[in-house]
Amino acid sequence: MRKGMATVLSNQQIVDRVFRLEVQGDLIGEMTWPGQFVHVRCGTGIDPLLRRPISICDVNVEEKILTMVYRVEGHGTKILSESVPGQPLDLLGPLGQGFPIDERKEGEHALLIGGGIGVPPLYYLGKELVKRGVKVTYVIGFGTASQVILEDELQSVGTTYVVTMDGSAGEKGLVTDVLNEGFNLEDSAWDVLYSCGPLPMLKALQDRFQPTGKEGYLSLEQRMGCGVGACLACVCQTQSPENGKKYRKVCSDGPVFPLGEVKL
Amino acid sequence: MIDNQRLAVSLAGLNLKNPVMPASGCFGFGREYAEFYDLNRLGAIVVKATTMEERLGNPVPRVAETPGGMLNAIGLQNPGVDEVMKTELPYLEQFKDLPVIVNVAGTEIEDYVAVSQRVSEAPNVSAIELNISCPNVKCGGITFGTDPGIAGELTAAVKKVSKVPVFVKLSPNVTDIVPIAQAVEAAGADGLSMINTLVGMRLNLKTRRPIIANGTGGLSGPAIKPVAIRMIYQVSQQVNIPIIGMGGIQNAEDVLEFIMAGASAVAVGTANFVDPFVCPNIIDELEQKMDEYGVSSIQELVGAGWK
Repeated sequence: MRKGMATVLSNQQIVDRVFRLEVQGDLIGEMTWPGQFVHVRCGTGIDPLLRRPISICDVNVEEKILTMVYRVEGHGTKILSESVPGQPLDLLGPLGQGFPIDERKEGEHALLIGGGIGVPPLYYLGKELVKRGVKVTYVIGFGTASQVILEDELQSVGTTYVVTMDGSAGEKGLVTDVLNEGFNLEDSAWDVLYSCGPLPMLKALQDRFQPTGKEGYLSLEQRMGCGVGACLACVCQTQSPENGKKYRKVCSDGPVFPLGEVKL
Repeated sequence: MIDNQRLAVSLAGLNLKNPVMPASGCFGFGREYAEFYDLNRLGAIVVKATTMEERLGNPVPRVAETPGGMLNAIGLQNPGVDEVMKTELPYLEQFKDLPVIVNVAGTEIEDYVAVSQRVSEAPNVSAIELNISCPNVKCGGITFGTDPGIAGELTAAVKKVSKVPVFVKLSPNVTDIVPIAQAVEAAGADGLSMINTLVGMRLNLKTRRPIIANGTGGLSGPAIKPVAIRMIYQVSQQVNIPIIGMGGIQNAEDVLEFIMAGASAVAVGTANFVDPFVCPNIIDELEQKMDEYGVSSIQELVGAGWK
């Protein structure tokens, strides 16, 4: 867990409100665990005051290059979207607990389900899984065709199914719908689920797969303060408060939690 | 060990090697920031509010941002005094040069008394900070802090049982803070902490509802610094007990301003979230800034703004 400066290499809009930001810096060499995040200072003044948690989309560990794909949601990310090459960027990270991958075995099949701006961290995850000999299939959902991001990149890692709510790209419906039909993604076809996306999507996945006992991991998003577990802004409740642990901190116990650990 | 008399401060019997401590609620029980630096560098540590029973806190969202500040309504989430005594305070024993101040909160006078008695008996607790000013907890907390009579009664009750000095953390959400400060001084308080957060609110334009689930939250950060400076400037001239000043401190110059206003030491809160290293950075920067402004020692600067 470190704090350091990185230098902006590029910052380009890829679809409406969504940008791809590449930065280079020493602390990026430590970002080896997919699913962790960085806490980014947007601007240098006191407005915005707090950092913004941004997911790690890709890391080139040797060259210490970090790729972030983020959506402009408010004041902080708006300022971030104005970053230009050569500009310094103040990063805290890598932070949090990422997607567990060390237990994966060669030949296993991992189902990676992403929604909207939850898709980016699944790229780095998929690459690391493939390195371990795991077969990766992506199901990524968006509102409409113009919001689809990273489809080509993900296709290069594993078979990728696009789903849009209005049917303007790929299948029409929700990511969970694809699991019902003829895509050979029935429960017995995969060994582990990894997901990141909007809360209703994560809840639908947890409600569906928790009773089946399938192994799975969900990455949550929450408004954060410190990002390191001190301020208790980003807590969520556990499902079974055993050992007196009635809550988890999204920033430091998460953002990735095993299926069934927390209430959604 | 005090190796630099320029930075050393003495308040209510506590001898601190420097005047900078993290503020309660912004630093947990120290564990998270110990990953970044040696906590022995701090003048002291004020740990998270501790209550009789475990508290789960408020629903999320618990924070919202404002220009130069943030609103929070954490709701005093803490594991309760038993767990704090069993695990959190013993954890801090490894830091041999770190005075520990425990923030104590409750809903009834009896809670405050019981928790204060327990924590004051811990071997590494140097002082108690009575939280009579948390704006985010219903029934209790802030009601103690807005009524001079009740604030005094509570202070007197805790003073009877505490084995360590008692600082009372005042609320700025009052018409006149001076009578409350005087009441707790008369009741035996050893010092004051000021200020706690200012009650505020932000609305979500899409949902047309408050952003924070609790509705209101406590405003902290640089936005409230002038209010803190003003209140410390007023109160320090009317009481004879030392003040730990807080409210939006970000750098060494802010520290000097608080000391000049009448604080004897300072606590840094929200700035820890922006930069985990802010406290040691301020300590490192302090002497250079003292040179720049012709300050020989922190102690001689206390109240220089009105003396």
